[in-house]
Parts: sequence; C-alpha cells; structure tokens
Amino acid sequence: MIETFDPLKGEMLMILHPDGRCEEKLKPDLTDETVQTLYRRMVFIRLADQRALALQRQGRLGTYAPVHGQEAAQVGSAYALGEKDWVFPSFREMGVCTMRGVPLKDIYLYWMGNEMGQKVPENVHVFPISIPVGSHPLHAVGAAWAAKLRGEKICMVTYFGDGGTSEGDFHEAMNFAGVFQTPTLFFCQNNQYAISVPRKIQTAAKTLAQKAIAYGFHGVQVDGNDLFAVYAATKEAREKALSGGGPTMIEAVTFRFGPHTTADDPTKYRTDAEVDEWKPRDPLLRTQRYLKKKGLWSEEIEKEIKEEAEAEITQAVEDAEGFPPPKPGEFFQYTFAELTPNLKEQMDDFLAFLKEKGN
Amino acid sequence: MAKRNMVEAINAGLMEEMEKDPAVMIIGEDVGKEGGVFRVTDGLQAKFGLERAVDTPLAESGIVGVALGLAINGFKPVAELQFMGFLPPALDQILNHISRIRNRSRGRYTCPMVIRMPYGGGIHAPEHHSESMESILAHIPGIKVVIPSTPYDAKGLIVAAIRDPDPILFLEPKRVYRAIKEEVPEDNYTVPIGEAKVLREGGDVTVICWGAMVREALRAVEMAAEEGINAEVIDLRAVSPMDDNTYLESVRKTARVVIVHEAPKTCGLGAEIIARVNEKALLSLEAPVERVTGYDTTFPLTKMEQDYLPSPERILRGIRKVMAF
Repeated sequence: MIETFDPLKGEMLMILHPDGRCEEKLKPDLTDETVQTLYRRMVFIRLADQRALALQRQGRLGTYAPVHGQEAAQVGSAYALGEKDWVFPSFREMGVCTMRGVPLKDIYLYWMGNEMGQKVPENVHVFPISIPVGSHPLHAVGAAWAAKLRGEKICMVTYFGDGGTSEGDFHEAMNFAGVFQTPTLFFCQNNQYAISVPRKIQTAAKTLAQKAIAYGFHGVQVDGNDLFAVYAATKEAREKALSGGGPTMIEAVTFRFGPHTTADDPTKYRTDAEVDEWKPRDPLLRTQRYLKKKGLWSEEIEKEIKEEAEAEITQAVEDAEGFPPPKPGEFFQYTFAELTPNLKEQMDDFLAFLKEKGN
Repeated sequence: MAKRNMVEAINAGLMEEMEKDPAVMIIGEDVGKEGGVFRVTDGLQAKFGLERAVDTPLAESGIVGVALGLAINGFKPVAELQFMGFLPPALDQILNHISRIRNRSRGRYTCPMVIRMPYGGGIHAPEHHSESMESILAHIPGIKVVIPSTPYDAKGLIVAAIRDPDPILFLEPKRVYRAIKEEVPEDNYTVPIGEAKVLREGGDVTVICWGAMVREALRAVEMAAEEGINAEVIDLRAVSPMDDNTYLESVRKTARVVIVHEAPKTCGLGAEIIARVNEKALLSLEAPVERVTGYDTTFPLTKMEQDYLPSPERILRGIRKVMAF
C-alpha cells in the first residue's frame, strides 16, 4: 500500500471513514478484541492528556504539549511496532510513549520538572523526548544504521511534526537514511500547525510525504485520524525495513485540537470554523462508530472504559507527585560517568552553601 | 511618560524603527500573527503587513542565513530565534558567514542585522528553554552581543542595534520580560552599545553583572548594605564589546570584585573579565576575584533550577568572601 498511494497524485490512504464505514479490502488484520483494546488506549490517552492540562492549570505540572486529536496516529503506529523496535519521539508523544511501555507516571514526572521522568525503564526502547524540533531523526537513522550493521532485525521509528520537516537536520536524516538504506521509519504527524504557523508556510510542496521521493525512498500520506490506515501503513513500512527495503516516510494527516503547549492560545492564530471542520474527523469518534456498528460499543461500555482509565491516571498522578524530590546536588551527578575534580569542587561548594543556609 | 515592561519597551523600539525606516523587517517563527511567543513583536504584522513582519518556516539556520542575504541587499532584518536553546542550528551561519562577511569582503559587503532571542532561566520553562550561552557568542569575532537588563535600556539598545552597521546578537533576559515596569520615554532614543552602567555607587566591592542577574545582584547588595558593606554595581549591558574602563575604574577604587553570571562557570565571561582585571588592574586587587555563576552542568529542570541559578544569598556569600579575605 505504501507504494501504491502516490503523494504526488494527491492519493491518501484511508481505510476507516469518518462515519465508521470500513474499506474491507484494505482493512488490516486486527481482531475485534484488538480494536477494542486500541480504542481503550486512545480514550486513556485523551483522558491522561486532559488530566495533564488540569494539573498544569492548578500549578502542579509545568508547560505541557497536548496530544488531543492525534490519538489514532500515535496508537496505530506504536501498536504496529515490534517489541524490540526503538522509538525516537518528539515532545508531543505521550500516546506513543505510554503505548511503548513508558509509565504515565514518568511522563507526568518529567513535565513536573524532574529529570528522573526521562529515565526510561530498562526494557523499554524509547529515547528521551526531543524538544529541539527536527533534530532527533538523525539519531534514529544512526541507531538504525547500527542495527543494520549488527544484523539486528529491528526498525527505528522517529516521530516529528510538520514544523520539524523544515529543519536542516531533518533533511540530513532523510538523506543519510536513503544513502545507507537504514531500517528507519520517519513518522510525521502533520497536525497542521507549528505553534501559530500553518503547514502551508512550512513548505510549498503539496504534501510532506513527497519529500521522501527526493531522497530515493517511498513516502505515503495516510489519514492520521484513521487507526486502521495508520496501523496498516506503519506495519508495512516496518516489514519493508526489516526485510532490507530501507526507510519509509509516513505523513499522518491529523489535527491538533488543543494549543501547541499550555503556554499559547490557539484562538489567536486559527478560527473556530477551522477547528469545527475537523471535529467530525475526531479519531476517537471514528473508531467508536466502527465498534458501535459491530455492537461492541455502548454508553455503558464507554463509561466503564473511562472509569478504568481515570483510575489508572489518578494512580499515575499520585505516583508522580509522591516521587521523592531530587537529592540536593543531584544535577551534578549525570554530567559524566564520574565527577571531574572541578565538578566535585563545585558540588561541594554548593552543598556547603546549602548547609550555611541551614537546609 | 508611560510605565512599560521590557516586552513592551522592545516592541515600542521595533515599531518606531519600522516606522522610520522601511528597510527594517522582522522575520522568525511565530513573529507575525502570534506576535512572538513572548509577544515582543505583537501588533507589528497588523501594522506593517505580511511582508515586514514575516512568519518563516521552522528553521533557525534558515532564518539567520536568509537574514544575511536580506542585509547585503538593502534590508535591515531583525531576526528572532524563539529561545536561545534553539540557537545552535543557527551558529553555523553566525560563525562562518554573518560574523565574517565584512572581513572576507574587506568591507565590500556588510551585515547590518539584529538577531534577537530570549535567554536565561528562572521561569519554570521546559528543557532547552533556559540556557545562557553568551560566552559562546562573545567568543566569535565580528558580532556584538548586547544584553539589556531593564525596559529603558532594552528600548534604547534595540534601536541602537538596528542602526548599528554590524551584526548584533540581542539577548533578552526572559525572566525580566514582565518582572519590571519603569518609565520608558515615548521619544525615539538610543542607548550606546558597549557602554556599561553604574547602577549603584559604593567603595567596598565591585559587583559586575548583566541580564537577569542584575536584579539578583542588587538584592544581594541591599543585604550586604545591612552588614555595612557598600557595594558598587555595574551592569555591563553588552558583553561584546565590553566596557573595560567602567569596571576597571571601579576596581581601582574598591580593590574587590564579584562577578555574577548564570551561565556555567568554566569559560564563562567571568573568566574573561578576571583576565582583563589582571592585565590592567592586578596591583589594585586586595582579594582574589570571586565568581558567582551557574554550574558546569546541563541547566536543570524546574525542581532544581533555583539551586542552579545564582541567588541573592549566593551572591551575598561571594561578597562576604571577598570582603573577609
């Protein structure tokens, strides 16, 4: 599919229509039970996102970049990956990260201002989120190159946005991936805005997916609010990478319903009409409609899903807020494997200062 | 005269220069419709149009690289980088091209442009939003590095920067953006680039600082005054070129020096100032020069940022140390 839908011809992969109708011929091999589970995770992510915003407003969490609207893009793609694949996320990937096994507690902890939240558990192959836009795809390419050299049958996936495609590093990453045929998956969530700047100001090209063509590999545009299309494209790109077919770029066309972060007000740069236009294409509604048609969704089931999610989220908040504060001087400890004499002197002086202050 | 904060003062300076000179244009990420993430360029696109306050693709190297092209062909670009943490991709253009074009072309091409960016910590910002890298910039020949600490100076310095014939890196201490309001004249005025300012006179010790550290130093000095220590406080206002005469004169009087910066200590500008004091006023010193600075670590997230930043208490400790020597 990733080779048949041509971005230059304006072709975009869509399997699950906004009204819940499904293109049966293209439908990926997902059991009803799996679709139900993925829907649960999407609800969980939306509620966890809302909780982060509430915590931010209460001053319990710092600046936060919400996922709202991008749940299908994140759940569908993350689910298509193998256990040993690695993910190189940007800062709006709470959904991907939790799907890949990063505890929600850790994500909250990080946005609460504690670096320990970025210490990903040993068995989870997720790199710390990258805040400098578009800089981290290179790392995914390097790691994928290493996997290829070491004969590891895994794929490295990097997530970034429409804004990230304007950075020079993004282009260098695409170019290296093409030249060295690395098993890299460039997963772009085109959510239409880089803070206030609309997609059309990032590039004069009609699609972002077509950029891959110039680097010698395939790019495909998928409906990013369509769980099935995202899953199917990611799965195929991954299999291609594992079988030595090199990199692929997927542009998931989606929409950021919320602000860029809690620090901006989207009404300043986009109209309500534009937001309203996207509402019927909400990724949760679409999956819900599909399940409803199959008799697998009801208000009652929804209530139960939400209650279960809220309980898990509340526990994560409690765990994050109950996490011990950093020990005095902890920030010196991770600069090098061992403290240098100079750093040791600085740390001792800092601790002496705390002592003098009576802490 | 209206009381303005630093955001409003820089905005006023930009607006006045755009009115006076049609060659002045604003470029950067979110500088147009949004008016900048800190609102420094608010209203400029509404007033001057899409071609003079321009939202660009998200690419720092691109923004400053095209600014050079604009500058050599008749414009005076004022480029904004959203945070100093995102300066590094643009460093190649600054280091290899913008700073060198006058020299490389033996004056045939020059680069009258301003690159503005918020810098420094203390506002509970996420990773990469709190850095102070002024010494990296000050190390580059051919660019000037200006750092206002008050609304009045910010307006006068941005106007002077736009009119300067050479590239200016204009660092805005974001912690001060809305923290101070003071009288800022409606008139068009400049503050000379490369002139330090004595903010408080005193005979016992010289405290040298810039940016957001000025307020912290002034607080520390008030605490020191209660202990009978009379400190002189100097705001450098530009770290390249540095106004040596102002602080050297003070050092010759006080014989004791404390330098405060929030950037890491190693190779911070404190080291350069000490070198200049040693070269020109060593025999005036009665005590080793004390540096109160950020540490040689990555800038920590919010739970520990106050530990990292020089506080009035830590500066007072430095003052006491040089006094007790």
